Amino acid sequence: MTMSSELPAPPPTEPAAGGPPPLLSADDVARVVDRIAHQLIERAASASPAGASDGGLADLVLVGIPTRGAPLARRLAARIEAFSGTTVDVGTVDITLYRDDLRLRGVRALEDTRLPEAGVDGRLVVLVDDVLFSGRSVRAALDALRDLGRPRAVQLAVLVDRGHRELPIRADYVGKNVPTSRTQSVKVHLAEVDGLDEVLLTEGADA
Amino acid sequence: MKRHLLEAADLDRADATLVLDTAGQIESALAGREVKKLPTLRGRTVVNLFYEDSTRTRISFELAAKRLSADVINFSAKGSSVSKGESLKDTALTLEAMGSDAIVIRHQASGAPHRLAQWVKGSVVNAGDGTHEHPTQALLDAYTIRQRLGRLDGVRVVLVGDVLHSRVARSNVWLLSTLGAEVTLVAPPTLLPVGVGSWPVQVSYDLDAVLSKADVVMMLRVQAERMNASFFPSAREYSRRYGLDARRMAVLPDDAIVMHPGPMNRGMEIAAEVADSARSTIVDQVGNGVSVRMAVLYLLLGGAPE
Repeated sequence: MTMSSELPAPPPTEPAAGGPPPLLSADDVARVVDRIAHQLIERAASASPAGASDGGLADLVLVGIPTRGAPLARRLAARIEAFSGTTVDVGTVDITLYRDDLRLRGVRALEDTRLPEAGVDGRLVVLVDDVLFSGRSVRAALDALRDLGRPRAVQLAVLVDRGHRELPIRADYVGKNVPTSRTQSVKVHLAEVDGLDEVLLTEGADA
Repeated sequence: MKRHLLEAADLDRADATLVLDTAGQIESALAGREVKKLPTLRGRTVVNLFYEDSTRTRISFELAAKRLSADVINFSAKGSSVSKGESLKDTALTLEAMGSDAIVIRHQASGAPHRLAQWVKGSVVNAGDGTHEHPTQALLDAYTIRQRLGRLDGVRVVLVGDVLHSRVARSNVWLLSTLGAEVTLVAPPTLLPVGVGSWPVQVSYDLDAVLSKADVVMMLRVQAERMNASFFPSAREYSRRYGLDARRMAVLPDDAIVMHPGPMNRGMEIAAEVADSARSTIVDQVGNGVSVRMAVLYLLLGGAPE
């Protein structure tokens, strides 16, 4: 992993001409990632036995849900390392093969699944995703995790929680709560995937 | 992807690459896991309809379907209504009436999967038809080459042996050339098909002349069951001219690999010391076969029905 040294340079901040202002700008995204990184460090420290030299972070595995959860997990790990000096394990889990809506659409391409060498058994897994909506992606990720091992506990970190849950699932770390209607769509753009950082709220439901 | 996989030509470059990429993702998703099972095709039924003997292909398809949680029915012509004279069409319609979503067929008649595809609503996967094609074997060969050499574009592949009767050779010629590899066929003139001039390949009768420039040597099985005419004078002469032994292997470039679709005739087309050498990918090919067939089944059955 080569993350910490190559965090994206501040991308252009002005929104696309004529479009609505973004829900989160590039600076907001950076601040939110920093805040969640701090929260993860605090929680890890409070959960670890007093005097643990790593502040409980050795126990932690950040697992991103592709597409955009994966770079988010890497960014969180880079910030945690910058703040605490401890390297944390990062992985990705593709949930496509665990989705409950495969038959509702054409066949989907798969994405990477990569777990750290040490695996997830007995560790604290924090799933990382960009948007929490129906909760179905998270359910699929929980199913995938169950096949990959037996974590001590599983938590969830998301950049945006837009509500409208269809399953009893909640996030432990939320970047921003955004009340939305079902007909709106929340688009997260990240530099690693889309060339710039921003979160947009647009009218018209999408996939 | 089309609805069926009947021949290598059903796959354009994008589709073929998608299958190989998907197989890689599935392999990485299952790597190191205790539970090698995915829930993806739960409730779907895959029928293995085998009119010809097979060990690795049938087991490989069965394992692939089971790892994706599909229900699998194995049907072999021996000991079934086929021996009472039931036709392929009636057998297929019977299986479909019982709710099969995909039929994996091996048949001694070239073209049987094409006929089947016209009769059934589900997907048909060709697992080898006569001397025609065996597309999933070509996919797993391409996957193995990419895994070992890191690329397919411009890779020089030499296919040696009984091209005339080999469905593996046919499928590999089409798939590998679709994916940008350069294929050379080496065989006695009697074991080359009539139309080979129109294939996207080079032809040679001299194995020693091409080995030093090969990245991949793929040995084909001498199919004793189809040797019903005097294609070559004797097994010893065939072995001497077209067999891959240690002396010939030493001529290969350093990173070249040796492949064989199996089952092997050790000592005939391939010497035991070659088959067991570090260059040999024969065992890898079998393992990769499961991942590639999982990818094919996922891509055919994993989405919405049309």
